[in-house]
Amino acid sequence: MASEPLLSLESVSQVFTSRRGEIPAVRDVSLDLAAGTVLCLVGESGSGKTTTARIAAGLNRPTGGTVRFAGRDVWGGDRTAFREFRRSVQYVHQDPYASLNPIRTVFATLAGPMRRHRLVANRDEAWQKASELLERVDLTPPENFLTKYPHQLSGGQRQRVAVARALTLGPKLIIADESTSMLDVSIRISLLAMLSRLSTDLGVAFLFITHDLALAKYFGRDGDIAVMYLGRVVEYGPTREVIGTPRHPYTRALLAAIPEPDPELNARKRSAGSLLRSMDTPSLLRLPTGCTFHPRCPSWVEGECDVSVPRLEALDADARHEVACPPVLRQEADAAVPALSEQDGTG
Amino acid sequence: MTDEPVLAVRDLVVEYRTPAGPVRAVRGASFDLYEGESLALVGESGCGKTTLGLALLRLLPRLGSTPHGEVRYRRADGSTVDLLTMRKEQLRRFRWHEAAMVFQGAMNALNPVLRVQDQMYDTIRAHRSMSASAARKRCHEVLDMVRLEPRRVMPSYPHELSGGMRQRVLIAMALLLSPRVLVLDEPTTALDILTQRSIVDVLQELRRELGFAMVFVTHDLALAAELADRVATMYAGRIVELGDSRDVFAAPRHPYTAGLIRAVPPAVGEATEISSIPGGPPSLAALPPGCPFSVRCGLSAEVGDGDGPAGVCVQADPELTRTGERHEVACHYSDRVEFTREVVVDGV
Amino acid sequence: MTATVGTSTLESPTVVRKPVRPSRNVVRALTRSRSGTIGFVLVGLIVLVSLLGPLFTPDTLPTDTSSVYLPPSASHWLGTDSSGRDVLIQVINGGRTVIVVGFAAAILSTLIAIVFGSLAAYLGGVVDSVVTAATDIVLTVPQIALLAVLSSLYHLDNSLLLASLIGILSWPTLLRAVRAQVLSLREREYVEAAQLLDLGTARILSVEILPNMASFIVMNFMIGMTNAIYALVGLYFLGLAPLAGHNWGIMLNEAWTRGAIFDSDSVFYILSPVIAISLLQLGLVLMTRSLEELLNPRLRQD
Repeated sequence: MASEPLLSLESVSQVFTSRRGEIPAVRDVSLDLAAGTVLCLVGESGSGKTTTARIAAGLNRPTGGTVRFAGRDVWGGDRTAFREFRRSVQYVHQDPYASLNPIRTVFATLAGPMRRHRLVANRDEAWQKASELLERVDLTPPENFLTKYPHQLSGGQRQRVAVARALTLGPKLIIADESTSMLDVSIRISLLAMLSRLSTDLGVAFLFITHDLALAKYFGRDGDIAVMYLGRVVEYGPTREVIGTPRHPYTRALLAAIPEPDPELNARKRSAGSLLRSMDTPSLLRLPTGCTFHPRCPSWVEGECDVSVPRLEALDADARHEVACPPVLRQEADAAVPALSEQDGTG
Repeated sequence: MTDEPVLAVRDLVVEYRTPAGPVRAVRGASFDLYEGESLALVGESGCGKTTLGLALLRLLPRLGSTPHGEVRYRRADGSTVDLLTMRKEQLRRFRWHEAAMVFQGAMNALNPVLRVQDQMYDTIRAHRSMSASAARKRCHEVLDMVRLEPRRVMPSYPHELSGGMRQRVLIAMALLLSPRVLVLDEPTTALDILTQRSIVDVLQELRRELGFAMVFVTHDLALAAELADRVATMYAGRIVELGDSRDVFAAPRHPYTAGLIRAVPPAVGEATEISSIPGGPPSLAALPPGCPFSVRCGLSAEVGDGDGPAGVCVQADPELTRTGERHEVACHYSDRVEFTREVVVDGV
Repeated sequence: MTATVGTSTLESPTVVRKPVRPSRNVVRALTRSRSGTIGFVLVGLIVLVSLLGPLFTPDTLPTDTSSVYLPPSASHWLGTDSSGRDVLIQVINGGRTVIVVGFAAAILSTLIAIVFGSLAAYLGGVVDSVVTAATDIVLTVPQIALLAVLSSLYHLDNSLLLASLIGILSWPTLLRAVRAQVLSLREREYVEAAQLLDLGTARILSVEILPNMASFIVMNFMIGMTNAIYALVGLYFLGLAPLAGHNWGIMLNEAWTRGAIFDSDSVFYILSPVIAISLLQLGLVLMTRSLEELLNPRLRQD
């Protein structure tokens, strides 16, 4: 990419120690996020997507690798760099019922950070700014909400307040960790549309964590997506391409498994669906050798997939679509050869 | 077989006692469930779908009651019985034997300090006298049915199993005494996508093999589209649309159902329109006059010239009326609901 | 092109409530629980009588050997003691020390527990190790035995000194509880959000964490107070603290050592301090119910 990424994770890993042994939650993950863009991180439970998000937010210090914000190593010991990073990256949690302090009003929640960092001079100014923030997140008229306590708000309204709180310090990146998964289907899209608007109006970048590929596809349609499985990124590239033509057998299985609100489409998907060899996700404490997906993969190659750990590689030289699956990559290369020779012939 | 429904619900009302007085969570629900059929109850949280599901087997919490209506169950021999007037002992026999419940949140529904086998044996022994070896055999059978390894699962404690395995254990337990009706509350919520898929496949397969009828409660329209023969949309304690799932998803006749479907982006292909329903469900303790959906209804606002909902919508709560052969809707303007949700798919 | 969103975003009809004055809210919350109200009245009465009563009663009572161990009568409502002094006046005069010492000791131990417990939990690392070790050491010291030793070394006639001693020995249990609570609250998502907003340790502790433990702290303060009162009365009863002045503990000790227990006429002499102490303790325990209503915003608002 031409411009320097806002946030980059350079082969970060996170190992947790538990009584039953070491848990490699995230292994060797590298991701780049440019200013004002969207990166979706999808995967099932145990995929490491939330741990990766927490590393990106500076809530977890990775046990390996480097986190760079605006080019500077945030754990490198430079305190001013870390503080700037801390204020520039905000997090919107999953549970709207736990993310707001139950004994503080919406105004107190929003005014606290602004006053602490001297962004407002007095209460009136804080009230004014808080009102503007609430309007940004579509809680109008703001006067109806500023004096409310969290328990007087609906789940969707709380989540909007959490977004407004994340905006108080003018962040450059917001990490949304399953922020809509606990909301009713009927209001998810409006929340996502609001977030999209923040991205265009304020130039905020988003790291969007979800288990729902359809939501990732909707919210991240102009950005990138990374599919994670058991702590590793298995497929990475522009969302349209990855979801439109998924290459990794895991991504394909996920897409095939999602039911659609359309019985006809479901019937068609079922007839085309791929079958996994096993329904059970392996434990992080006892990971399979080689490619961790091989015990479930419908198209694994014995002697290869169970032996060597696949690396993310681009499908072809000028594509940004990367897959960690050597058999798929070989297939792609084979398919590309005739096209190349044809080109050569004409040239 | 016969045209008689196995479960006929008529004008069922469920009330909860609250400090502020009784609140009606279900306000007169009627539907039939036929043998071998799968019916989905869908809607937002707080619409009464779970309450209705629980009321079908009289599993309401202590503060809930059914002051009105009937739930008629037809036994295999053709005799019918109203569940709401059953005595305790009859009801105890009825549950598990004739109809069983699969609760949401597989962790809470299983006793964390008992091994799976003990919980399964307890369930059998509470309802039927069976030798230890016969009980063991039956447990193996039902666990096989849900594609679990009996030898691995039976001696385990619930926390040693994954979420998907626990959910399958619950389904297996519900099947222990071969009921004819299964009620499931959010059977796949909080499970991973691939696990959800396996639960869905197991349920489909079992339904084909065993022929039980099922009612499942879900907020996930896609699951309803996948697993249900018929769909009932609930709003503010009422069924507002009821029909074959193909009809309902292809051409919903209630603006609320249409809104719900439009709110779900597709995973494959591109949808022409995706949008949320503005606002949220009304409080059951203080329903707006007339149709409770009118305040959020775009169609009603359109008919009413943008100046709030149309007059008739505010005046009268519409009754569920037949609009097609097997399609019922409660909307004054159901003939004006326009719905196009084209999903453009290439390939697949 | 894919997203069309309605303009109205109110997700539920906002019920406009008439604002209720906070003072009315407080009164309503305090009186909602009947047992809590009884507790408040009980404690209020005892405190009032104990603080104001001595203003209207003679400070020292003359001994009158002609009227020892009198049963209750019109002139002596609760009878007289071994020296012929009025028991009721002694009960009225004897409450102040007990209440003041109990209160001061509880304040001291609660403060120590909150400050060090929350810092240990929130900061972790060395601070946590040191505080936890200190707690374990103090916890293993037998309270009464240590007080007995101290009282034999020093003349513990100053009630504030006594309060400090009791307070300094009784914080470990509460500290452990505070530490556990803060450890759990520290993981709350809104605390994490506050950390990301760089609000600072002092502010996060005082604004985001501790207020959420208010009812827990008050409950424990009340329990601390009842424990301190028992410790105090126990010291006097066992004769470990010098028997100077008037208080319920001293009354109990005197009644006991002078054989009131063997005289059926003097039953009120020995029972009066016991009942006074029990009523105060009961009141404190019942009061916590109302305080819980007051400190929980959810209960307060709805």
